[in-house]
Amino acid sequence: MTQPQTATQVVPNRDGWTSSLVLRGVRKTFVDVVAVDRLDLEVARGECFGLLGPNGAGKTTTIEICEGLTVPDAGSVELLGLNWQSATNELRQRIGIQLQETQFPDKLTVEETLRLFRSFYRHGISVEESIQTAQLEEKRRSRVGGLSGGQKQRLAMACALVGDPELLFLDEPTTGLDPQARRHLWDLVDRLKQTGRTIILTTHYMEEAERLCDRVGIMDHGQIIASGTPQQLISSLGGEHIVEFAVTGHMTGGSAVNTVPLMSIPGVKSHRVDAGLHQLSVTELHSVVPYIFAALAEQGLHLSEFRTHSATLEDVFVGLTGRNLRDE
Amino acid sequence: MSKLQESSLYQLTVVRFRLILREPEAIFWIFIFPILLAVGLGIAFRNRPADALQVGATTTQLTRALASDNGLAATTMDEAAGAKALATGEILLLAIQRRHSVVYKYDDTNPDSRTALLLADRAIQVAAGRPEAVHTANELVHEKGSRYIDFVVPGLLGMNLMGSAIWGLGFAIVEARQKKLLKRMVASPMPRWQYLTSFLLSRLAMLVIEVAAFLGFARLVFGVPFRGSLLELGLLCVLTSLAFSALGLLVSSRARTMEAASGLMNLVMLPMWILSGVFFSASRFPAMIQPIVRALPLTAAIDAIRGNMLQGMGLGQMGAQVGLLLVWLVVPFTISLRIFRWR
Repeated sequence: MTQPQTATQVVPNRDGWTSSLVLRGVRKTFVDVVAVDRLDLEVARGECFGLLGPNGAGKTTTIEICEGLTVPDAGSVELLGLNWQSATNELRQRIGIQLQETQFPDKLTVEETLRLFRSFYRHGISVEESIQTAQLEEKRRSRVGGLSGGQKQRLAMACALVGDPELLFLDEPTTGLDPQARRHLWDLVDRLKQTGRTIILTTHYMEEAERLCDRVGIMDHGQIIASGTPQQLISSLGGEHIVEFAVTGHMTGGSAVNTVPLMSIPGVKSHRVDAGLHQLSVTELHSVVPYIFAALAEQGLHLSEFRTHSATLEDVFVGLTGRNLRDE
Repeated sequence: MSKLQESSLYQLTVVRFRLILREPEAIFWIFIFPILLAVGLGIAFRNRPADALQVGATTTQLTRALASDNGLAATTMDEAAGAKALATGEILLLAIQRRHSVVYKYDDTNPDSRTALLLADRAIQVAAGRPEAVHTANELVHEKGSRYIDFVVPGLLGMNLMGSAIWGLGFAIVEARQKKLLKRMVASPMPRWQYLTSFLLSRLAMLVIEVAAFLGFARLVFGVPFRGSLLELGLLCVLTSLAFSALGLLVSSRARTMEAASGLMNLVMLPMWILSGVFFSASRFPAMIQPIVRALPLTAAIDAIRGNMLQGMGLGQMGAQVGLLLVWLVVPFTISLRIFRWR
């Protein structure tokens, strides 16, 4: 007698897992701070997932729990179908990690550092290949102490890549870099995405998340408060454009503006006030703006500021939390 | 690359070795400093050939009598010139011929002057015809191995082994922890025991150079003796270095900052610098604290090295010291493995 085939179920790949990373109900408390609060997360194979949030949102704690460097108080963590309790060595061989602010020894050269890290892995790419990937050919024999911030960061990336990882963790890879070095690193991450690896990165730069990530989770106070593709998140605002204005009249401040006529304009999706600055999210910018001018003029108010921009993840974060991403 | 060069233990050890050699200050403290210290002490405590003591006399007859003693160098001068020479320290004693006697003028608070008096009086009495009551002869001792430099070289060697092991390990580990390098290392598949072992292996490699340079210098310049087996001396150095490496590991197993680590290292080493008999015999300390003095690893190490080099003792005769060093190796190493902070 033969066993019935389970062809109707989702067919997992040959290793028997479909998601590179699954977190279920993960919680971590430090002394009296809840760093990660009952967090669920699933990242598909080959996906580039970004954790976006302000400093202190719990991004680093979350990624370090995934990396097996921090043990969660509760919840389960599964990577590549394995867990840290039973398969530590196996996982260490198959993942690549770039930590926030690692300082490699200043007096070693780039090549020596990479050769050291390569020696830890059973399989992987050659030291030569890792140098090429990180575009450090010219710095091969330079000491780490003499590298620029961007070069050091690319070295950290190369160290994470020497084991040819299936799953790559990057914790704030571009924090502290100048714009040019940042773009350089983004190009590197782009190339890594093309090779089909799963990449999980944290950042507090919304443009970085928009540029690099297939999917973004917005984190605040230890929880993922929204997730989706950058486009999904932005369209969740209801309008793709943001109109910001401030007024002067017989009184200053938000209470001077009657928002009812503004909200009744077709195309205006939401309104909020932050320190005297009004923000409207709108759909059809060109048709809505004349109505806004008219509505304000009717109330006898003069515009002291007026500007518009396309909605970004920053606006999504502001819309969700009422705070800016860079508020510390 | 060969299989060996690809192995992580080899890479870790080579990296440690490179990092030490690329640190100019470390090279100074490990290689140059002990040699400078030995040179300084060798000069300060050199055994001078018995200098002749300068004396003066008022008559040529007295001068001749004084000069007959090898220990004295005599000059003829009148009383006024002699008084001046005494005052300026050119001579230690002036013998003045009076009508029926000889008067010695000297400073009795100066030990050299008192020695000059004894020699001068004997020379003058003998010249005047005093017979020897008992026949005597001198046998001079200038034997290598009983000089101060012979005593201090094993002490400096022990002190250097302690310093380079504790500083070498302690600073490197705490620096790696502070720079989050330790955390990065454990985030890779590197076996943790290999990281710690690489410190011991690179320490042993440094040890060969360090001990050979220092003892070679002491041998060539001061002629310090090696009476015991060189192989056993080597083993003692290895054991000493490993014991102090274990202590260095323990000291650095939790500290997060360099300041905390330096404080701890000095706290650990200071009592040994003072009590363990580097510069003078540890037995000079009162009997009450002798148990503490004897329990210190540096005391055991220096006693054993002195026993080997100066007395030619075998390891079998130094069971107590070797045993104590083994305890100091195993206990701190075991504790530090348990409490080591990797991040």
